[in-house]
Amino acid sequence: MQNNKNDENNFEILNQFRPERTEILKALHSLQNANPQHYISSDAMKAVAKYFNITLGQVYGIVTYYSMFSTKPRGKYIIRLCKSPVCYMKGSFNLKNYLEEHLQLTASTENISADGLFTIETTECLGHCEQAPAMMVNNTIYSNLTREKIDEILHALKTNNYEL
Amino acid sequence: MNYNNWQISLKDSDRYDLNNIENYIKTSGFEALKKALSMNPDAIVESIKKSGLRGRGGAGFPTGMKQSFTKRSCDNCNQIYVVCNADEGEPGTFKDRYIMEKNPYIVIEGMTIAAYAVGATKGFIYIRGEYEKSIQSMQHAIMVCYQHNLLGQNILQGSFSFDLEIYIGAGSYLCGEELTLIESLEGKRGYPRIKPPFPAEKGLWNKPTLINNVETFSHIPFIITNGSEVYASIGTSESKGTKLFCVSGNVKQPGVYELPLGITLRELIYEVCGGMEANYEFKGALIGGAAGTFVDVTFLDVPLAYETLKEKGATLGSGAVMVLDNTTNLKGLLSNILEFFKHESCGKCVPCRIGTTILYEHSKNISNVDINWMLQQAEYMAKNSLCPLGQSPILPIKSFSKYFNN
Ligand SMILES: Cc1cc2nc3c(=O)[nH]c(=O)nc-3n(C[C@H](O)[C@H](O)[C@H](O)COP(=O)(O)O)c2cc1C
Ligand code: SF4
Ligand code: FES
Repeated sequence: MQNNKNDENNFEILNQFRPERTEILKALHSLQNANPQHYISSDAMKAVAKYFNITLGQVYGIVTYYSMFSTKPRGKYIIRLCKSPVCYMKGSFNLKNYLEEHLQLTASTENISADGLFTIETTECLGHCEQAPAMMVNNTIYSNLTREKIDEILHALKTNNYEL
Repeated sequence: MNYNNWQISLKDSDRYDLNNIENYIKTSGFEALKKALSMNPDAIVESIKKSGLRGRGGAGFPTGMKQSFTKRSCDNCNQIYVVCNADEGEPGTFKDRYIMEKNPYIVIEGMTIAAYAVGATKGFIYIRGEYEKSIQSMQHAIMVCYQHNLLGQNILQGSFSFDLEIYIGAGSYLCGEELTLIESLEGKRGYPRIKPPFPAEKGLWNKPTLINNVETFSHIPFIITNGSEVYASIGTSESKGTKLFCVSGNVKQPGVYELPLGITLRELIYEVCGGMEANYEFKGALIGGAAGTFVDVTFLDVPLAYETLKEKGATLGSGAVMVLDNTTNLKGLLSNILEFFKHESCGKCVPCRIGTTILYEHSKNISNVDINWMLQQAEYMAKNSLCPLGQSPILPIKSFSKYFNN
């Protein structure tokens, strides 16, 4: 039952795209964004394979190649902290430790905070180096980061449950 | 020199409202397209050749020549594509984002003129997935252009038709490499193709494809409107026109600045960016990104141009200028760059997959770095790797060993 429902949702999203292979990354972005846990489930991958008429292996190969896609569930907010040279020079690794401690994320929590809200990832240059250090939360950029600023952002996200 | 008077890519971008195309048109936007559509396509290619415009994506290849190669490859073919490389993944680079967010129409205008010049009827803009604002802004601008008959069938009531579409990347530096980008556009994993053939011969779906960087396309309207002589009067003997410099690090005003090629690092840092932040002392820069070269204080008065930097073994690359200072952990930075290459290597060929890993692992132990050993490894990689990514680590390592290995 549940599976049928998911399948319906997946195909509803897929139907917005031409069934041509060049549409596949856009379709994967949409499927991932529509999932509350921001990942591409095995059901979604099967639907993609069927819709674009390619093998499941090919879909899996694509999903795992691109770093913005995940095959594992993530928090409601994905924090992508830049670790590239300029942010590195401006101390981004300290901020990563700070975030992880603050949200009590470890490998054993599957990198999702206990309240299900946050996942932390690192990323290469986000193209906001003039305002380093920078991070992205879902689709929004935050820059000139300090510990205080991170506290504020996390607090706002937790309390207002911003729709990002 | 007046540093504010040089706007080609960012022309009037602060003076018009993105939601209102009338304003862009009023500031002489799309005049160039109108003029171009009344010209012979070959005359446009000639004009771009004469202007001396070179690709702004990193390699600096002459743009007019690329256009004529693409045309020549399509003697009897039924389709040419135009692709705009907006993947902007080179660390320290953020200029294409500026153009797309502040001046999206100029990119569309430049691409449409280029499409007319080479005879393409379909184009794609490949934007990296992390650039949400750029995606929104370009998407909006494309929609508005369709509404105003500036894209689509019979543009401006003429006989030329051109369709333009956005493609969204998903987090891969390697996908900025032109043939890998084309693989990705075809909906595949981003594995590089072997060159040659170049995209001009066999690109998207094996058709001749003209691929240029965002900034490159944004220069075409100016050249058409003002003529190649005017354009060629800006810059140095072999580096024509303006360039967007992306300055980051501990300078007073980091940011994107459009300036003529040939400006010196000293002018850029001390006059344009207001100098170093208090208590920071200039030590050097990493120019061109991770696949770029380190320079030290002896470079302060070297003009930032393709030929002058090349003479000294350095590169301009994408125009990234990451300023280093007395607090920079230089060996840590080198290790950070090598970690970047390790992360972005696609693993398809052994020299790069293993090479990027051992270089990073070795560099992590900062107190015990054997730079000569690293040079050997990077040289081996440069000779034996399949694509330019594996041929890149030698650039920062070699320049580091020259200026900072003490
Ligand atoms: C690993 C790698 C990454 C690249 N990334 C980009 C990029 O993000 N944007 C870009 O315009 N060119 C990039 N390039 C250069 C392109 O391959 C190509 O030279 C460029 O798109 C050509 O455009 P141009 O002639 O206008 O410079 C990259 C090259 C390599 C080897
Ligand atoms: S050089 Fe590196 S990035 Fe290029 S094909 Fe080989 S492994 Fe992939
Ligand atoms: S290095 Fe972090 S945004 Fe560019």
